[in-house]
Amino acid sequence: MTIDIPAHMHPSRSFQGLILTLHNYWADYGCLILQPYDMEVGAGTFHPATTLRALGPLRWNAAYVQPSRRPKDGRYGENPNRLQHYYQYQVILKPNPPNLQELYLGSLEAIGVDPLLHDIRFVEDDWESPTLGAWGLGWECWCDGMEVSQFTYFQQVCGIECAPVAGELTYGLERLAMYVQGVDNVYDLNFNGREGAEKVTYGDVFLQAEQEYSRHNFEFANTSMLLRHFEDAETECKALLDAGTPKPSDNLAMHRLVFPAYDQCIKASHVFNLLDARGVISVTERQSYILRVRNLAKACGEAFLKTRAGGLAA
Amino acid sequence: MPDLLLELRSEEIPARMQRKAAGDLRKMLTDGLVEAGLTYEAAREYWTPRRLTLDIRGLTARSKDIREEIKGPSTTAPDQAVQGFLRKAGLSSIADAHVHSDPKKGDFYVAHISKPGRAAEEIIAELVPGIIKNFPWPKSMRWGPASAKPGSLRWVRPLQSIVCTFGPETEEPVVVDFDIDGIRSGNVTYGHRFHAPDPITVRRFDDYVTKLEAAKVVLDADRRKEIILADARNIAFANGLDLVEDEGLLEEVSGLVEWPVVLMGEFERDFLAIPGEVIRLTIRANQKCFVTRPQAAAEDLSNRFILTANIEAKDGGREIAYGNGKVVRSRLSDALYFWKTDQSDLPDLDQLQASAAKFNLDMKKPLDQRMARLDHLNVTFHAKLGTQGARVERIRRLAEELAPVVGAEPALVARAAVLAKADLQTEVVGEFPELQGAMGRKYALLQGEHPSVAAAAEEHYKPQGPSDRVPTDPVSVAVALADKLDTLTGFWAIDEKPTGSKDPFALRRAALGVVRILIENRIRLALTSVFAKAFANFTGGADQASDLLAFFHDRLKVYLRDQGARHDLIDAVITPQSDDLLQIVRRVEALGSLLDTDGGKNLLAGTKRAANILAAEEKKKTLVAESVEPALLREEAEKKLFAAVNQAEKEAGQAIQNEDFSAAMLALSVLREPVDSFFEGVLVNDEDQAVRANRLALLARIRAATDQVADFSKIVG
Repeated sequence: MTIDIPAHMHPSRSFQGLILTLHNYWADYGCLILQPYDMEVGAGTFHPATTLRALGPLRWNAAYVQPSRRPKDGRYGENPNRLQHYYQYQVILKPNPPNLQELYLGSLEAIGVDPLLHDIRFVEDDWESPTLGAWGLGWECWCDGMEVSQFTYFQQVCGIECAPVAGELTYGLERLAMYVQGVDNVYDLNFNGREGAEKVTYGDVFLQAEQEYSRHNFEFANTSMLLRHFEDAETECKALLDAGTPKPSDNLAMHRLVFPAYDQCIKASHVFNLLDARGVISVTERQSYILRVRNLAKACGEAFLKTRAGGLAA
Repeated sequence: MPDLLLELRSEEIPARMQRKAAGDLRKMLTDGLVEAGLTYEAAREYWTPRRLTLDIRGLTARSKDIREEIKGPSTTAPDQAVQGFLRKAGLSSIADAHVHSDPKKGDFYVAHISKPGRAAEEIIAELVPGIIKNFPWPKSMRWGPASAKPGSLRWVRPLQSIVCTFGPETEEPVVVDFDIDGIRSGNVTYGHRFHAPDPITVRRFDDYVTKLEAAKVVLDADRRKEIILADARNIAFANGLDLVEDEGLLEEVSGLVEWPVVLMGEFERDFLAIPGEVIRLTIRANQKCFVTRPQAAAEDLSNRFILTANIEAKDGGREIAYGNGKVVRSRLSDALYFWKTDQSDLPDLDQLQASAAKFNLDMKKPLDQRMARLDHLNVTFHAKLGTQGARVERIRRLAEELAPVVGAEPALVARAAVLAKADLQTEVVGEFPELQGAMGRKYALLQGEHPSVAAAAEEHYKPQGPSDRVPTDPVSVAVALADKLDTLTGFWAIDEKPTGSKDPFALRRAALGVVRILIENRIRLALTSVFAKAFANFTGGADQASDLLAFFHDRLKVYLRDQGARHDLIDAVITPQSDDLLQIVRRVEALGSLLDTDGGKNLLAGTKRAANILAAEEKKKTLVAESVEPALLREEAEKKLFAAVNQAEKEAGQAIQNEDFSAAMLALSVLREPVDSFFEGVLVNDEDQAVRANRLALLARIRAATDQVADFSKIVG
């Protein structure tokens, strides 16, 4: 696929150009182009378009950008590589096509990475998300020694075996952009590809937010309120799962409240991350919080299989 | 004879699994072929990140025909038995069976079974799918549309294609045809992912390997290693540098590339302020690159590193080297940050006051702060053995007790013990646990500790095994002994001893460490009294002291045997109470020299004879006098022996008190002549019961005299 794009939209000049190029590439392949999930999540995997849709037998090919929040990674805008809010580009293909590696390499070429000029490598990396009860095998994808993507064949999600297996690609967009733009500091990235007075940098957009959120995450987030919110989200998730459970009298044993319940699971997970950043969770407690979120995720996954999207037949 | 070529091509196999997987494939397939009745002349396995390949030469084309007879029941047996026989033999009717006669048993059925040999292709086509389905990967996965169904094929990463050809050198090989979960065997493979994307048709191993090479794939991992090593050395040399060689990294890197291209990258000299080991590990762990040092430099690194790319880049690798340099730089920025942070004040000093007081720490010093924090955070050592802080406290007390024994200054020992574990709280050790001890030493020197205190931070972990260096500085020795003895008594107290091959806490290694430190530094130490002090720190366990001592005896035996000492001599000098390991060793040495002499050998024979007679009579309950009555000694030989035993026993006893085991042996060796004469000239079994009892008492005295030195009955020969 080649599209003539103006220079200011080229990934080597423009952060948004990088996103648009990936959108074009994966849309052309046949993916749904979805929008970011409208809740705080730690990674693109948490988007229900991945976590839930990776389950069940139905075909599912989607791509989207997901703003990801890692409260602990806040550095008050002072670290050139680390952010508490950053973008992941997520592709999920179920079942994974046999040429997924070639498709991925094609996407790199589309954004201007020439595989005969740059050393692209697949280096072992077994991915695991304890909070989602998920694991898979795959690689870190290296470009000249830098990890630019994660490539995973999901084996289990929400504690449930994936049948069929989905392939997940996660591009670290800032890192990739820094690479193709040849920039050493994330805040120097050209966001819109313009020059002079029209140029907007990543720092113009996000530096102040990074500083403020770092303060919030480490100093000001109200921990007693957050502890309450965790409990509330957990209770609500269970209550919704319970309320939506098919009754014996139903003709079709279909669950009716999976997505709302899963929202509460996401919420609990993010609140936990904030509490962790505030340093109010001890090493021993940490494990039990992770386990509590995982139990919610598992219950949501099981409920999802009892829905149309989860493959429940009429 | 025909050759077999098998290639299993997949997506990238983790480097650490490739060698073993290729070996497993060879073993499983050759075992299977042999079991099916085929033979082969040679088999060799190959691997790259994307393929496992097997080259089997001189395989027989068919298995041999087999004829066998299966005996059945008597011709008069009931129908049920006959039916059972037919099923077992695979016959459809009893008419197909033969009848044999036996003079005793009468007529009975026999099935003549002949199994015709099978073609090798048929056997291979049957074997390979089974091997692939049951392959022992440490971790395997499912993939693609087939994974919708349970029981779908698993492989380490998606399996892409299978090449399987078979045929003699003189003929066109055939494809051995089979199908595994939709993957059909064939004769097509692919070369380098980027350099040679087109399919390659292969016939047999020879053209396969040549075509792959042309398609930028070096099939042989050992050759890839040679290329990387030679090129890395050359490129370093050309730049006035030496490669810092690293076999583990070389093995890993050779498993990450099919077409190795060695390049050099660099980072700013400022980073060389970081200790070389930290730079090396940072670059190795994260980037899989080698470091270099200026030629003739013993330790200092240079700011150039060596990487192995997988392509011949259009620009000669300039971009690749540049990109890798950028990543290395950002990793080293982190490392430099860790190294500096470890030398700065902790932010939470006010919370650490109680811990500081407990260990008498100087809170102006970074390592002291880290120790305070280790204690303050209640970091667990082991659930049943409490925190690291409590452990350091125990080690300090024990090390102070040991200080005078090993000739160390107690104040230095106490300081060394308190700082020994502090580096566990440093950022660098958090990142690279294998640097524990080494970093403690560096940080201790930087904050101006006594060199022995700094050395102990590293050396108290030593020796790590039979060939590791044993610490010699008395301060290190005291802390090393205290550390290991605390660990051993602790785990004995909670009954977590090594069993069989399981030794998760490396207790055998710890005990061997104690053995080597004591023996190689010639240190006398009564373990029993140290155990008593160490066990007092734990609830329970005091009753374990003799068991732990026996464990040390076992380690000592293993150690001495490895040194070439005679097994029986060790047994002869060890008693369950022997708690001074160095003394045991000296006894073994002295006994060994005695037995090297003819006198020693004869004495041994005489003493054994005395002991045997005595044992036999004791068994018969023959009366043995309590002590020797000189008045009852009649023969000259027995009088002489009595005098000699008295003399030898006294002298040997004296020598043992003086710890002079050679002198003790010498005193005993004098007994040889009188013992010989006694057995020549005197009949022990005298008719007079009193005389006999007295002579037996004399034999008992010989045994008692020699027992002071060793249990001669355990000595072979």
